[in-house]
Amino acid sequence: MSALREVEPVLERLREVLPQSLYRELVAKLSREQMDREKALEVIYETLKLYVKALIDAGEAIGIVTAQSIGEPSTQMILRSFHFAGLREFSMALGLPRMIEIVDARRRPATPLMYVYLDEEHSKSREKAEEVAKRIQSVTLETLARSVDVDYLTFSIVVELDPEQLRYRDISPKHLEKVLAKVRGKGLEVEFDGNVVVFRLDTNDPVKLRKIRDKLLQTRISGIKNVRKTVVRQDERTGEWYIITEGSNLEAVLQIEGVDPTRTYSNDLHEVAEVLGIEAARTLIANELKRVLDEQGLDVDMRHMFLVADAMTWTGRVRQIGRHGVAGKKESPLARAAFEVTVKNLVDAATKGESEVFKGVFENIIAGRYIPVGTGMVRILMEL
Amino acid sequence: MAKSRRELSSLVLEHQYNPQVEVVPREEAKKILRSLRAKIWQIPWIRASDPLARVVGARPGDLLRLRRRSPMAEVVETYRFVVPA
Repeated sequence: MSALREVEPVLERLREVLPQSLYRELVAKLSREQMDREKALEVIYETLKLYVKALIDAGEAIGIVTAQSIGEPSTQMILRSFHFAGLREFSMALGLPRMIEIVDARRRPATPLMYVYLDEEHSKSREKAEEVAKRIQSVTLETLARSVDVDYLTFSIVVELDPEQLRYRDISPKHLEKVLAKVRGKGLEVEFDGNVVVFRLDTNDPVKLRKIRDKLLQTRISGIKNVRKTVVRQDERTGEWYIITEGSNLEAVLQIEGVDPTRTYSNDLHEVAEVLGIEAARTLIANELKRVLDEQGLDVDMRHMFLVADAMTWTGRVRQIGRHGVAGKKESPLARAAFEVTVKNLVDAATKGESEVFKGVFENIIAGRYIPVGTGMVRILMEL
Repeated sequence: MAKSRRELSSLVLEHQYNPQVEVVPREEAKKILRSLRAKIWQIPWIRASDPLARVVGARPGDLLRLRRRSPMAEVVETYRFVVPA
């Protein structure tokens, strides 16, 4: 007889207390073992004891633990990181620079990237993946042109198209015509003659002509804005094909056919927060931090990353850890002054007439009081 | 070729980085806050304009229940308080 049935009512109550994974493991173990009720209860009791012991106590200074747990390994990162330089097709921010970028919540990462995962149909073979990559990568008129001439006599720009490029990029002359027709207007006529496109202008200013030429060459014929380069890669573990893009435009790429929108993501925190929401940004921050550390062979517990991510996304927006974010928006004027730009913070607080309530750690250290951490958190109410 | 605009909102829900969401009824929200011994503004915020909040139709003042996938505990239940803008 399995031990499970004996202790069912007890287990039912544990379901509320234990995390799902632990609960399932316990049930699985109990159902496999042969034991009487007393033994089973003992097992449950031990499990519960260990679980509660592993929980973090109220008042534990987890912020400091996280800071040290991430800070110490990253001191080793600087020395190691340059061994990896030049190994990839992509220049991408790695190691410490990337980590600083994340916690500073920069508006644009130094190298915006997207990891584009593909659906069932397209992730199986290189050819299918390339197909999607072509849809994503933006192609300008410049890449399709074999030669570009400016005719100063008739005030026109003559672009000779490269049929090879057209075939390779899967662009039909019809599509090209349709896109270029939209450029027309404001004294600009477009004419097609086989492989030659002629733009006629009504201006006779050579400087302006050249300016218009440059603009015309940058016209996007197909693909998605901001995606400059695509590389098709195969996951070594799963054998799945996916695409990495240089330049990021998450909103557009999620709507492309063949893309798996549930897994595709960008490394731009603000973009992810905008398109997918703050919760997705939280996950991204934690995952990216973890990835940076893992790449350097540093083992830091995931829960530290989550704490950082939680602090950064607490207000529903992505905030940096620093003067303009988490540390700079603290309630206490003394805590803010203790961090950076002391005088300015104090003057600002004074002009606004802020008051100090001594609830945080920094201000209490400054005042020489007990800090509200651990046993310092408890107060005594005395009956007089 | 491109999927319609409306579908993007459902993509937000399905994305692996996003948790499952639901709006907690007012009465239940009060009970939860009492059990947490917290004031509503002490719960982490989410903007009403956030894509995730918009998908479930949350309004400022609502409490959202999030079921996050967690590498440690598989599923973790947390809350976010919907604030304006």
